[in-house]
Amino acid sequence: MTAIPTYSAQVPEAGLKAALALDRPRIINEISASGLKGRGGAGFPTGVKWNFAGAAQAERKFIICNADEGEPGTFKDRAILMEHPDLVFEGMTIAGKAVGAREGILFLRGEYAYLRGPLEAALARRRERHLLGQGILGSPLSFDIRVFMGAGAYICGEETALIECLEGFRGEPRNRPPFPVNTGYLGFPSVVNNVETLAWAACILANGAPWFRAMGTEKSSGRKIFSVSGDCRRPGVYEFPLGITVSQLLAEVGGEGAKAAQIGGASGQCVPAKDFGRSIAFEDIATGGSVIVFGPDRDMLEVLHNFLEFFVDESCGQCTPCRCGNRKLLEGVELLQEGRCSMAYLNELCALGETMKLASKCGLGQSSPCAFLSVVEHFREEIMGRILSRA
Amino acid sequence: MLMTERERAAAEIRALADKLGRDRSSLVPILLEVKKKYHRINSYAMQVIADLLGIHPVEVHSVVSFYAFLGDHAQGRFVIRLCRTISCDMQGKERVRRQLENDLGIPFGATTADGSFTLEWANCIGMCDQGPALLVNDRLYTKVTPERVHAILGECRRVFGVHAAEAKEVELS
Repeated sequence: MTAIPTYSAQVPEAGLKAALALDRPRIINEISASGLKGRGGAGFPTGVKWNFAGAAQAERKFIICNADEGEPGTFKDRAILMEHPDLVFEGMTIAGKAVGAREGILFLRGEYAYLRGPLEAALARRRERHLLGQGILGSPLSFDIRVFMGAGAYICGEETALIECLEGFRGEPRNRPPFPVNTGYLGFPSVVNNVETLAWAACILANGAPWFRAMGTEKSSGRKIFSVSGDCRRPGVYEFPLGITVSQLLAEVGGEGAKAAQIGGASGQCVPAKDFGRSIAFEDIATGGSVIVFGPDRDMLEVLHNFLEFFVDESCGQCTPCRCGNRKLLEGVELLQEGRCSMAYLNELCALGETMKLASKCGLGQSSPCAFLSVVEHFREEIMGRILSRA
Repeated sequence: MLMTERERAAAEIRALADKLGRDRSSLVPILLEVKKKYHRINSYAMQVIADLLGIHPVEVHSVVSFYAFLGDHAQGRFVIRLCRTISCDMQGKERVRRQLENDLGIPFGATTADGSFTLEWANCIGMCDQGPALLVNDRLYTKVTPERVHAILGECRRVFGVHAAEAKEVELS
């Protein structure tokens, strides 16, 4: 297992100690000034989120760490939780101080149940060292964290679906607004942040906002943890500055000669080789860190078929565009594989994909057609007029 | 289910609820524990949980039927979840699937007649750089090859202790 260079270089608890010396608005200012954006993929500014939750008046508030990492091709949160759990818990404690929350919940996906024991042990060690519980490091701050196990649902990575699961309901996303920062878990203001976001927050408090700003690009500051898999010589977890081009990244991981790269997982986009000069950043190709490399021999229809089976299975079924749309796209891919899809019908499917993007209730249905649309756009030559490709 | 078995199950679920809490937000944790212990969540268990939490049993069923790790179908003691998502697919999950089916004599979605093993698909389990990957209950296996399947099943059987000797690899159905 590869440790993450910047996280390994951190002085333990330096961020927490710095935060304890600051008042709440100054912690939030530091995060806002750093330009840190949500590392789960959506890229919402973390400082803004914390500010909303901090300004809300309530008896209880919650800091929820989203460790429901389900996006195909994403495994960096698993690596962070295995190698650097204390940094994540430190980030949660800092967030607790910043927004005035005393309770933290780590929502761990059911597939990572083997991490629960080590994480609980790490929490117990923190309590012993007075890094959690009443009066953290002799300050008036009280904060504690518990682990909540998910039960196997990709959709629970969506923050309102995650809260539904915590509350004991089906993981069906809620309408937003109201946002969780106002009305979250049990109706109380809740900050839901990705594992990596919280780890970076701890680093930022330790090293200062300018340190973070100096890395990455103007609109996407800082570095990012990537999960690289597929047709490359060195798959694994990597740390790169945002703004890196696809071809630079592929050279680092031994994926030169790829015909395409899926950036952002199944819900991301399929970038063809001619666009490898584009950069991975919120202003160009946004990502939660998943990079799946497709070598020259990969059949893009098989890839699409796999993605759409995934979405058909994982759609919560609540709204029609997503529930039915993904099925229609999957059937369309099967027609293409059998070589029985007319151009007119393919255009219909693309229009359906655009409708799903507009009309679906949550990010799942809004992004699930992206891979289909980008493959149809860039690999039309490869997918049309097949002669019984499936045995 | 026998009356006494029901009473014992109800008492155990009550003890779980006392430990995990009797509010709605304890529902998923209670269900996960019940599933782990009984390898299924039957309608009687759902009724007991509903009574304890003060909700309608259909509410419990709606949650049970939603999540991949719950569900009211009976499962074996060892649930083998093979990842079918793209990276594991590209690294040869189909051959591992074939070997699992051959060695256990059941297709995916089924449970062996002795109630030992269930074969299920999993969507991305976050092991994309070390595929094909599978979970046996909470235990993780990476870079699984078809020839390793036999050893993995053997490891599970050893957990049974005295029953291990009785286990037959292939069940003819």
